Amino acid sequence: MIDPLSLLLDVQNLSVSFRRYQRGLAQTNLNVISDLSLTARAGEILAVAGASGSGKSLLAHAILGLLPANAMLSGVMRYDGQPLNAVRQKQLCGSEIALIPQSVTYLDPLMRVGDQARGAEKSAERMERQREVFRRLELPLPSERLYPFQLSGGMARRVLFSTAIISDARLIIADEPTPGMHLSQAMEALSILRELADAGKAVILITHDVDLALNVADQIAVFYAGTTLEETPAADFAAGPDALRHPYSRALWRALPQNGFEPIPGFQPYPEALPDGCLFGPRCELKTAACEQETPPMRTVRGGKVRCVHAA
Amino acid sequence: MTSLQTLRRLGGRSGKQLLRVATLLLATTVVAFALVSLSPVDPVQQYVLGVGNVSMEQRAAIADYWGLNDPPVQRYFLWLSALLRGDMGTSLLYRQPVAVIIRERFLNTLALMMTSWLLSGLIGFTLGCVMGLRRGRWLDRVLRALCLMLSSVPTFWLGLVFLLIFSVALGWFPIGLSRPIGVANADVTFGQRLHHLALPALTLSFISFASVALHTRQKLIDVLESDYVLFARARGENTWTIMKRHGFRNVILPALTLQFASFSELFGGSVLAENVFSYPGLGAAVSAAGLNSDVPLLLGVTIFSTLFVFSGNLIADILYGVIDPRIREERPHGQSNRD
Ligand code: SF4
Repeated sequence: MIDPLSLLLDVQNLSVSFRRYQRGLAQTNLNVISDLSLTARAGEILAVAGASGSGKSLLAHAILGLLPANAMLSGVMRYDGQPLNAVRQKQLCGSEIALIPQSVTYLDPLMRVGDQARGAEKSAERMERQREVFRRLELPLPSERLYPFQLSGGMARRVLFSTAIISDARLIIADEPTPGMHLSQAMEALSILRELADAGKAVILITHDVDLALNVADQIAVFYAGTTLEETPAADFAAGPDALRHPYSRALWRALPQNGFEPIPGFQPYPEALPDGCLFGPRCELKTAACEQETPPMRTVRGGKVRCVHAA
Repeated sequence: MTSLQTLRRLGGRSGKQLLRVATLLLATTVVAFALVSLSPVDPVQQYVLGVGNVSMEQRAAIADYWGLNDPPVQRYFLWLSALLRGDMGTSLLYRQPVAVIIRERFLNTLALMMTSWLLSGLIGFTLGCVMGLRRGRWLDRVLRALCLMLSSVPTFWLGLVFLLIFSVALGWFPIGLSRPIGVANADVTFGQRLHHLALPALTLSFISFASVALHTRQKLIDVLESDYVLFARARGENTWTIMKRHGFRNVILPALTLQFASFSELFGGSVLAENVFSYPGLGAAVSAAGLNSDVPLLLGVTIFSTLFVFSGNLIADILYGVIDPRIREERPHGQSNRD
């Protein structure tokens, strides 16, 4: 089914927790990502979709090695078949793996955007490449001499996108690139990602907007309370609840505007108070005693992966 | 934005600044004048102390000659109208025109203040960057404790300690004055001047470098925790590259502003430092003028120091406009087609 050669990033059972010291020496661990698994393939867009506040940005930070010093990480990450450890993250970030950040605050307010798009590397080729990418993104040439505060929202977004394209990275992680945008702007942003994927890049699109992601994504990873509950081809999401495997995915589907806009009762658990067993348990209609016994393992069901004991 | 527009904006700004400095000068001289008028020190008494036997009639004549019997408001306006004609009056204490005293002493004070200003700026900025980069580590903690300690030590005390250690005990530096005794002004070498300047300047720089360092540290920490530095790290930039590309750029601006805005503390500190080191500058002159109710000299130095502090703030203001692109360059309307 899947060409193993195209597999670029493979994350298995990733957990991230923050060590926190409370009064005195009492130490607690805050689990922000637990047992998360996902795979990103060259030529595809994987949308990591889930409500805000579910720790999606931390996933990007974990892959890029940007977690703060008090973060503890377990699980396995492999990039291009090799373990992705701190040393390799340092080597690969910026050249092989690129981040597209979410807002203009990720640009230095006192540096011209052309310089920022090129990054620390200084060479004539780099300059040429930056201009070429700016042209491709329809950024007028003089805009390279502007400062971030002088950019319109759309230009700022394209400058942020340009950084990833200029680097020619093979894995691109776009962290919430669309919030606050008009539909047309958002679609334009997503179409750039689609082009990148079609050019052979692996793209991870982190978003809270399933609906929008469905337009361009090949795979959807449903993210909930710091873990992935289901990994499914985007086509199954389009097909409807019967094609989906996890109760939360189905609820998400029914919550889409075109499918009845049905809100999901309850709320996502806080990292401070995660439920035992299945993380979705407290909101699940199908819950049985078995669900609370242990965290359901990721299983392959009908060509997708799902973390639910009752999925079939 | 064209340079013409910039000029026009600066022009409009400088008109406002001129008005501001005029009112500021008026206010400070009125306050200074009121304070000396209320002072219990009798300038005639101070004057005759140095002259010797003076009869009551002569005293009255002096007081009359100085106009001390006129109402204070009238005296103030007399002084003001003379000033507007370019006459700053004559110092009662030194019996020299105030303008001459200021001119002579200002160079001494300027040398002192600028040296310590550069010292405190450089040391403070460097220390601040080191602390910010090592935030939370032991080096940061030690330096920060040191800075906090230094910023609560009074200048004159520090001056005395330096004097005791470096001049009295070690004999490395002269005990006072701005040049060797018994050498004609024209024969004083640059080295000798520097030698006399070193200790007071060091003392003076100790007032402000701690606050510069602490401020720089905080600003650098803010920068290092910013989104754009996170993004730079995501792009594989190492700490030194990040400092070169983003750190200094974003920290130097507030540091410079702070440094130029510190002229007032610098002047205040120089009064103390000059007295401790018997350094013949404006600071020593102004305290002598205050203690002896030498109104013309006091007002003269007040004007001068006000202008000095004001120009510091003005430079800070202008620098911001020149260096910070967010102020220097206009926000384009819609799509930009500049240059
Ligand atoms: S494991 Fe149980 S509680 Fe969790 S989603 Fe499946 S049915 Fe619901």
